[in-house]
Amino acid sequence: MTPKASINQGRRQALKCLAYGGAGTLFTLSAGVLTPIDLALAAGNPREDRAGLPLFLQISDTHIGFNKEANPDVVGTLARTISLVNAMPQKPAMVIHTGDITHLSKASEFDTAAQLLKQLNITELHTTPGEHDVADASVTEYFSRYGKPSQDRGYYSFDHHGVHFVSLINVLNFKPNGLGALGQEQLEWLEKDLRSRSASTPIVVFAHMPMWTIYEPWGWGTSDASQAMSYLTRFGSVTVLNGHIHQIVQKVEGNITFHTARSTAYPQPAPGEGPGPGPLKVSAAELPGRLGISNLTLRSHPASLSLTDTTLA
Amino acid sequence: MTHMKIAAMLVLPSLIVASFYALAATEPAADVTISIDKFMFEPTALTVTVGTTVHWKNLDPEPHTVRGVDTNFRSDPLDQNDSFAHKFDKPGTYRYVCSIHPQMLGTIVVKAAGPPN
Repeated sequence: MTPKASINQGRRQALKCLAYGGAGTLFTLSAGVLTPIDLALAAGNPREDRAGLPLFLQISDTHIGFNKEANPDVVGTLARTISLVNAMPQKPAMVIHTGDITHLSKASEFDTAAQLLKQLNITELHTTPGEHDVADASVTEYFSRYGKPSQDRGYYSFDHHGVHFVSLINVLNFKPNGLGALGQEQLEWLEKDLRSRSASTPIVVFAHMPMWTIYEPWGWGTSDASQAMSYLTRFGSVTVLNGHIHQIVQKVEGNITFHTARSTAYPQPAPGEGPGPGPLKVSAAELPGRLGISNLTLRSHPASLSLTDTTLA
Repeated sequence: MTHMKIAAMLVLPSLIVASFYALAATEPAADVTISIDKFMFEPTALTVTVGTTVHWKNLDPEPHTVRGVDTNFRSDPLDQNDSFAHKFDKPGTYRYVCSIHPQMLGTIVVKAAGPPN
C-alpha cells in the first residue's frame, strides 16, 4: 500500500500502511499526534498544506565512506536526497540525522558528510550518533563535531514550536548481549528532563538503535528502553524515531508511535531474513525505492505530529 | 624407592600429557592471528602466554572493531582485510566485542610464562 493511499485513513491504519514505505519521512504535528507525510506529496500537492506545519525531516544512515556493491555511490544518493528536500515548496526549519552519518568514523567521511548536509536549505541540524560514528578507538571524531549540544554526553533536549525533543544515545556501553543501551546516568537525566513537562506537550524522542526490540538475535533493540518508555506513557503524543535497520518498521503502543527510518545509503534484510544483518544488494532499478527520508508535520488542537516516508524512487 | 618409582610412573605420563595439552592449547609467545569472518571471531576463545601479540584480521566486507569489555584495548574500525594488533603483557581473561556488532564476543586467556604446570 502506498503512503498516498493511506493519507486519509486513521492514524493507526496510516502508520500500518506506511510501515513498508519510502526513503524519507516528513513529520507533521497534527492534533497531538505525529503524522507522516509523503515527501513527494508534500512537494507536489498544495492540498497537503492543510496537513499542518512542516516540523522537521529525519535523515538516517547516510554511511558516508561505504563503497561496497550494495551502493557504490552513497555520496550520490545523499546528494539526491538533499535535492529532493530542497525542491520541497514547504520545508521544515529543521533536520534530524538519526545516526551512522559515516561508515568508519573517519575524519574524511565526517567532512564529506558535513559538506553535503550543508547544501540542505534547512538551517537547523540535530544529530545522534550511530555505532558507525563512534567506532574510532578514541571516540572523538563524532563528538568533536556534534558533541556541543550535549556537552559530549550524547544526550540532550530542546524545544521547537511547542514540541519537546529528546536526543538519546544508545550506541555506547553495549552489553555483550548485542543490544544497545542507554545506561543509568542517561535514564536518570531523562526522567528529570521529562518530569516538569505537561502531559499535553508533544514529545519527540530520537536515537539511533530501535527503542523497542525488533529482532534480538541481530541486536535490533535497546536493552533498557522499557525504563525510558515508562517515563513517556503519561504524555498524549510521543513519537520515537530511530534508524539503524535501514527499513521502515512501525509500532503504536498507547500514545507512543515508534518508527524506524530508511537509510539514504543501502537497504538491509527484513528482520530474521537470511544469515544476518548487513548491506542488502538489490538491483540498481530497485535501490532508489529502498532509500529515503521521513517528514514530520505539526498539527494543532490538540497538538500532534504526523509522519510520512518518502523514497528516492 | 618403590614409592618414587610408582610416583614417577604415574606422574611422568601425566606430565607428558599435560605438556602436550599445554602446547596444543597455549600458543608460545609468538604472534597469533584471529580472523573475523562472517560476523565471528575465529577462534572465539584463545589461550596465549604473556607477551604474545594477537592480530585480528577482518575478512568480512562489513567493518568490525575489537574493543575490550573490561579493559581498554580497542581498534579503529577494520574494513575488509584491515588488521589490528595488541600485545598482551599481563595474565588474565580478556573479553572483547565488536562495538559495531556487539553480539560478536571473543575471549583471550593470557597465561603466565614459564614451564606448564
